[in-house]
Amino acid sequence: MGSADGIDQWIRPGPNGLEVNAGARFHIDALRASECVVVTHGHADHARPGHGRVIATPETLAIMAARYGENFTAEATPLPYHQDMVLGDTTIRLVPAGHVLGSAQVVIDHNGQRVVVSGDYKRKADPTCTAFEPVECDVFITEATFALPVFSHPDPETEIAKLLSSLRLFPERCHVIGAYSLGKAQRLIALIRQAGYDQPIYLHGAQQKLCQLYQDLGIDLGELKPATAGEKGKPREDLAGQIVIAPPSALADKWSRRLPDPLVVMASGWMQIRQRAKQSGVELPLILSDHADWADLIRTIDDVAPAEVWVTHGREEALIRALALKGVKARALSLIGYEDDAE
Amino acid sequence: MIHFATLLERLLFAPRRNTKLAWISTWLTECPPADRGWGVAAMAGDLDLGRVKHGVVRALARRVLDEELFAQSYDFVGDLAETTALIWPQHHDDNLRPNSQAPSLEDVVLTLQGASPDEAEDHLAGWLDRLDVTGRWGLLKLVTGGLRVGVSARMLRLSLAEAFGKPVEDIEEIWPLITPPYDDLFDWLEDRAMRPSAEDRAVFRPLMLAHPMDDAMAATVSPGDFLVEWKWDGARVQLASAPDGVRLFSRSGDAIGPAFPELVEGIEWQGVLDGELLAGTPDAVEPFQHLQQRLNRKKASKTLIRSRPVFFRAYDILFDGKTDLRPLPIEARRDRLAEVIRMLDHPLYDTSAELRFSGPGELDDLRAQCREGGLIEGLMLKARGSAYQQGRIKGVWYKWKRDPLTADVVLMYAQRGHGKRSSFYSDYTFGVWTGDGPEKQLVPVGKAYSGFTDAELKKLDQFVRTSTTNRFGPVREVAPTMVVEVAFDSIAPSSRHKSGLAMRFPRFASIRWDKPAEQADTLETLKALT
Repeated sequence: MGSADGIDQWIRPGPNGLEVNAGARFHIDALRASECVVVTHGHADHARPGHGRVIATPETLAIMAARYGENFTAEATPLPYHQDMVLGDTTIRLVPAGHVLGSAQVVIDHNGQRVVVSGDYKRKADPTCTAFEPVECDVFITEATFALPVFSHPDPETEIAKLLSSLRLFPERCHVIGAYSLGKAQRLIALIRQAGYDQPIYLHGAQQKLCQLYQDLGIDLGELKPATAGEKGKPREDLAGQIVIAPPSALADKWSRRLPDPLVVMASGWMQIRQRAKQSGVELPLILSDHADWADLIRTIDDVAPAEVWVTHGREEALIRALALKGVKARALSLIGYEDDAE
Repeated sequence: MIHFATLLERLLFAPRRNTKLAWISTWLTECPPADRGWGVAAMAGDLDLGRVKHGVVRALARRVLDEELFAQSYDFVGDLAETTALIWPQHHDDNLRPNSQAPSLEDVVLTLQGASPDEAEDHLAGWLDRLDVTGRWGLLKLVTGGLRVGVSARMLRLSLAEAFGKPVEDIEEIWPLITPPYDDLFDWLEDRAMRPSAEDRAVFRPLMLAHPMDDAMAATVSPGDFLVEWKWDGARVQLASAPDGVRLFSRSGDAIGPAFPELVEGIEWQGVLDGELLAGTPDAVEPFQHLQQRLNRKKASKTLIRSRPVFFRAYDILFDGKTDLRPLPIEARRDRLAEVIRMLDHPLYDTSAELRFSGPGELDDLRAQCREGGLIEGLMLKARGSAYQQGRIKGVWYKWKRDPLTADVVLMYAQRGHGKRSSFYSDYTFGVWTGDGPEKQLVPVGKAYSGFTDAELKKLDQFVRTSTTNRFGPVREVAPTMVVEVAFDSIAPSSRHKSGLAMRFPRFASIRWDKPAEQADTLETLKALT
């Protein structure tokens, strides 16, 4: 194990998020428009438009272009996984994070010391993105979205089996699934396909663009159709017994009234808490998360064996407490501005 | 245990009553027979595992997790049973696969009933190791009580009737007689034994209920068809007296005798009476609000008994001694009732008088008198020659309610509904004007969720969405421009509401798209209706 001494001299949290200052100045997932930014993945709270220069994987750049238009930054620098790039006195490298398509950890080497910024990540299998790779380091800067011992995400296959068994039990009801538009929706579709379901899957308008992009980038999602095409306001009786995927916010919106006898499904890591799921009006909760659960957060820290752990956002107190019990030095960076409810 | 835990989880998430009923029926036919009774008891709230308290579950949690991490987890989840189920380590050992050696519900109940808290903790730890997360959650919900899965005793009886193909009335009838695990119930349901008997026991008998009568039907009523009484504004009650005691039941079958000792004491006669609990005395009936002060209590103090007197106005008799009078025609029952009340000679018991009328015109006149004094809700019409049958039987008992009161009010706040209405703003708070000139403002006087058509609901929803001026969490404040005519059964002074008034059963009568908000009613107008 190396040492974390002096690392906070060249990488530290600033007003715009995590900031590196070593011969060159750049941010990671800057919260406001900044000069030079390394973006870990395409979720809106991490990838914002209007930066001078964005360095990210080609997939992340494609996602940003699809969401914000081609001019989302003055200069887009693609950096494929595992290639070194010199920035001032540092060398940076992007390594798969397993969170969504194109998601990356940022490995930063400077003066013989190494920092890894995890970005958002997970360790469970995901057919729509490259699997997480642990990289040993001196300081590991980790997320903590699901950092409580209550979070233990089940195998995705068992959750998809619940959905398909509900479709068999209630063949007359339209199964409308709330799923975040980037990553969750596509992973869900791919998992449903893996389970052998080959009917068309119907999409809310907000899901179509990114699903198309995933398919253009070579991820097979099968046959996808718009959920509410046709005359405006006219009920879609033909969707009885079909799967519809929509952003969570659309489930209780006027949009959902066109669906026949909808059975509300929600795919999210938060569904683990029954009372929460119940209160949000969900009839079938699917525990499907794109973040690491408690055991995987701890396992990952064991794998990368850092001298120190810095925690960016989520439930940092619990993770820091658990690491203290293991004798691992850890502190909270208290970065504000990254959401965890969108999961 | 697995079957039961899975059922609890399904019930928790099932938004509709019918779905819940179907899940319970399925469980009754699929789970191990010895578990059924205990499961029904747990859902009905009749299962006491007394010594397993929250402390036992907390001690279990301390066995597997750091106290500070547990505190943070509990804080986030908000439910002790669920937190502990989630943090309990899942075994992946091949010799101990989850649920492979799980205890049955019967094992759990019988073991815990005889166990000390320390023994209970050890048993629970062993079981938690053998269950998956749903099983652990179900087990801990069961032992900590308060399942909160939205199932009533009535729903359980309906599911039992459905699962075993018996009339629900027969199950209702014996429900008060049976205790967990209800072996005698299942023996009868599965045709191994006779139905349990209520002889010599003071138990609740299912009530006969009335259908609403509309004005068109009322216009055809003749004295030869129906017997007519006032519909008193009190609470429906049943007095049951048998060798094992004298009990007073509410309309849902809850024993409320301890709250009304003066009605239970001094009853020497045995049998079952159906009637209305009213405030005041037989000579001077008082408004429902006076009764309410007694209904909300488990026990009544002597002072309250003196200051808020109540009495029993009988209108039917179900049993006289052991004799079941229910098959007799109503005229015969009423004759017997009159004799029994005379014989009781109790100052707090009288009979509801039969009203004379010659035809629809006089019936209409009688109904018009109901509004005066506010003590009578309308008329009861009971078919001549009819037997006493449980439930809401068509064509036998009718209630013809007096016309409701109405007021023009202004919509102030709206909230989303539940279930099918979760995408609609369907719960409305409304108010009336108070003060003058620059002081003039709206004060909320009630809430309504019903009385509008689906088409009107769509328009109301649209109005709320386009007229929102402020949001407080799930509540939207709307511009005060929409006038609604609300109907309500009565209105009374209330210290609980800011307006000082409380309406009974307010609902939409019409939406006054035409009426300017300034012309809605004032608080003074409403006060005059009390």
